[in-house]
Amino acid sequence: MATIAQSQTQARHATTPAASESGLWSWLTTIDHKRIGILYGVTAIVFLFIGGLEAMLIRLQLARPENDLLSLDAYNAIFTMHGTTMIFLAVMPASTAFFNYLVPLQIGARDVAFPRLNALSYWLLLAGALILNLSFFAGSIPNGGWYGYAPLTEILNGQTDQLNTGRNMEFWAVGLQVLGISSLAASFNMIVTIFNLRAPGMTLMRMPIFTWATLITSILMVLAFPAITVALALLQVDRFLGTHFYVPSTYIDGRLTLTGGDPLLWQHLFWIFGHPEVYILILPAFGLVSEIIPVFSRKPLFGYAVMVYALAAIAFLGFGVWVHHMFTTGLGPTPTAIFSATTMLIAIPTGVKIFNWVGTMWGGQIRFSTPMLFAVGLVSQFTIGGISGVMHSSAPVDTQQNDSYFVIAHFHYVLFGGSIFALIGALYFYFPKITGKMLDERLGKIHFWWTFLAFNAAFFPMHFLGLEGMPRRYASYAEGSGWWFWNVVVSIGSFALALSFVLLAYNIAKTLRSRNKVEDDPWDAATIEWSIPSPPPVYNYKEIPTVTNRDQFWADKYGTGHDHEEEDDLEVRIAGVKLGDVGSGDEQPEDQAATRRQADDLGDVEEDTHVHMPNPSFWPLVVAIGVFLLGLGLIFSHPRIEIERLSLPVLSVLGVVTMVFGIVAWSLEPASDPEPHHDEFNDGHGAAAAPTAAHH
Amino acid sequence: MATTTLDVQHAGGAVDHGHGHGDSGHGPTSTGIDSKKLLMWWFLGSDGVLFGALIATFMIYRNRAQDLSVGETVAGLVTTGGPFPNEILDQLFTAVSAGVLLFSSFTMVLAVASIGRGNIKAFRVWTIATAMLGGIFLAGQYFEYTEFFHEGLSLQQNIFGASFFVLTGVHGLHVFAGVLWLLGLSLTSFRGGISKKDHTNVEVAGLYWHFIDIVWIVLFTLVYLLPYRDGAHDPEHVDGAMRLVQAIPFF
Repeated sequence: MATIAQSQTQARHATTPAASESGLWSWLTTIDHKRIGILYGVTAIVFLFIGGLEAMLIRLQLARPENDLLSLDAYNAIFTMHGTTMIFLAVMPASTAFFNYLVPLQIGARDVAFPRLNALSYWLLLAGALILNLSFFAGSIPNGGWYGYAPLTEILNGQTDQLNTGRNMEFWAVGLQVLGISSLAASFNMIVTIFNLRAPGMTLMRMPIFTWATLITSILMVLAFPAITVALALLQVDRFLGTHFYVPSTYIDGRLTLTGGDPLLWQHLFWIFGHPEVYILILPAFGLVSEIIPVFSRKPLFGYAVMVYALAAIAFLGFGVWVHHMFTTGLGPTPTAIFSATTMLIAIPTGVKIFNWVGTMWGGQIRFSTPMLFAVGLVSQFTIGGISGVMHSSAPVDTQQNDSYFVIAHFHYVLFGGSIFALIGALYFYFPKITGKMLDERLGKIHFWWTFLAFNAAFFPMHFLGLEGMPRRYASYAEGSGWWFWNVVVSIGSFALALSFVLLAYNIAKTLRSRNKVEDDPWDAATIEWSIPSPPPVYNYKEIPTVTNRDQFWADKYGTGHDHEEEDDLEVRIAGVKLGDVGSGDEQPEDQAATRRQADDLGDVEEDTHVHMPNPSFWPLVVAIGVFLLGLGLIFSHPRIEIERLSLPVLSVLGVVTMVFGIVAWSLEPASDPEPHHDEFNDGHGAAAAPTAAHH
Repeated sequence: MATTTLDVQHAGGAVDHGHGHGDSGHGPTSTGIDSKKLLMWWFLGSDGVLFGALIATFMIYRNRAQDLSVGETVAGLVTTGGPFPNEILDQLFTAVSAGVLLFSSFTMVLAVASIGRGNIKAFRVWTIATAMLGGIFLAGQYFEYTEFFHEGLSLQQNIFGASFFVLTGVHGLHVFAGVLWLLGLSLTSFRGGISKKDHTNVEVAGLYWHFIDIVWIVLFTLVYLLPYRDGAHDPEHVDGAMRLVQAIPFF
């Protein structure tokens, strides 16, 4: 039934437990969702530190009036890279790290639906990140701001003395394009995984809330990223081929010519992506906090169904508010009124979430462990950012605050006080799951209070600066402007905030070095990912669990209380459909738990060998290297290779060849299927078969 | 399949689905929808947004070059010149190539049907026929582009040229990828690598192919059929709708 080579790979996998597979090669070829999650996480932390360093440079520059530490050009470059890095290379990959690590565990699957595509997503992220940051070594750092407004980003048809003439924005455009492909691939994978690989009995409305957040975020990415793909593609066509999509007039043959291009088109396309993007950044954080708060309040999440609908409502409305970024462009009273209204509307589902978290804590037995501190930190700090956000929905107010430090304060309260707080809390919460070791709680609490105070010192005064009229992105301010005091406070706060991350890094290093293993379920958690060993074996679940409850692991441990039953009934009524439901009403969860425990007891190395996992693959990395080279080729058109009359850029040719070679080899490589099909969709097939196939 | 797999989806070692493949070759899933097919549907949704953004761009710019050319100069500035859409677009020619692409959807259906019946020979014939029809469409596009270049419409000439070439070019790239995919499938079938159980793989390719056909129907309507405003330099005003009527008897 299988070829000899196939049996050998099977044998290798059957007898090699995950823990002993280490070394660089195993990481380069891994398609294990947990390892890919860790790769995402480490990458995110590295770029969080790089982005943090850039922030420190900004704050050094602004620490005193008329400072000349950074040149004006360097300042433009640094704030552009700070924003781009933090959004695309720190927060998004950190969220994706948790998607990857947790979602298959939470839904009771052995991996994602397309493991090799998952590896490709990560390597493309790294490729895009490298392209963006290689600009530092090329000496032409992106300098058009993180939203790269045209025509600042344009090169005007041979007029080299105008606007953006270097390769700066090429690095930015190509880098973002590659990152976009990475995010799209990852999102398709997550959506299919969540819809298709749920354990028996896990209906949509029984999924852990973080899995819901992942699903909704992934759908947002799938529908939002194409807009920036088009925006960037048109920008690249403008820059490489000399069209004028975003340029209203330019010199053609020495004469100033009307070309008809419209800079506003960039703003529309960018913000049609850009506003959903801010929900892409915050919804995973909402999901993580919704996992943490119930565990540390020892109560099921209050209003689970409403939380799900709120997520969906935020995502849906998120596509209809982009013009509030453009109130000052003068689109007229009608669009302004409409988008003001939709922006106010979106505060409702967001407020619902805040109240539901408070409702979850209300009357609970709250333990203020570090994850809970950060989660509550989000609830309070995000609320501040949310309130300043609603202020911007009013166009007259927004017109006053647009492009001032008030806006900077707002989005740092939602991105740091929201996303980063939740991600750090989740790091503390899931660290025992991922490593089997517990981060130091005492240091963790110090870390939280330090972060909390420094964060507020760094960002709250920005509200005052903004209202006093200090514009964003100015490299300097005058002696007599009166902004000096608060800028010093902000700078001191920023450096204290940076130090808090050093404390976190120390805590992580100290914990990883220690030998203190922690039990599998240190927080007495609610969901099934905690029912398996920490760190989980490569196949996750020996026996795929059957799910009868939302908080399945609590139900296993403590039985289903009256509240649970009631909630379950309610959920079925509201949801209406019972996809994949396995007779939840009839079964006794306790019996199932007993069965599962029995199965676990039987588990030993022999039993491990019965789980057949997909083979590691080198080809995703090869394809990503091809994309990386092609990306560089788009930026550097020299050296060139001459074939007949054709003159081709060497890097692009190399990139395309590597990419095509990788794709062909990928499609011919058997994934894990005992009866491999040699076609371009082997990946999906192997993945679908992988969780089920038992080795014969 | 859809209903029976709901309850037993990947229940670990308890139920053995991995080896039979007597069915259509896809593993059991929570929704009963094959994972590859679900992936393709979401990809198409995403690709739809991509075309949506490109179409929006085109719709904003489709009359702009003509509008700019109303006078010799506007506000003292010279403007980009023609050719303008009414002078250059050949509805009849493109209607024929659109017909070819539409017909390829029919051959694609036949290819999917024949693999479903396990008729590999018919599958080969229809897949290659579909790829060839796609090839003819691309050849038509190549001819059209060359003709336009000769008449002076380039990417850089005016904003109409830029939006026209980018929009139809991205669609052309999609067709090209589809042709490669179909050729890959037929090549695999010659190597004996395709049988009835690969029905889903072919069906997924079919979904993609139908999608790019549907997109072309939209593009053909918006780019070729919907009337343009005339540039001041257009001497012979020909009503776009009239040319459509003239094209209809051809079918």
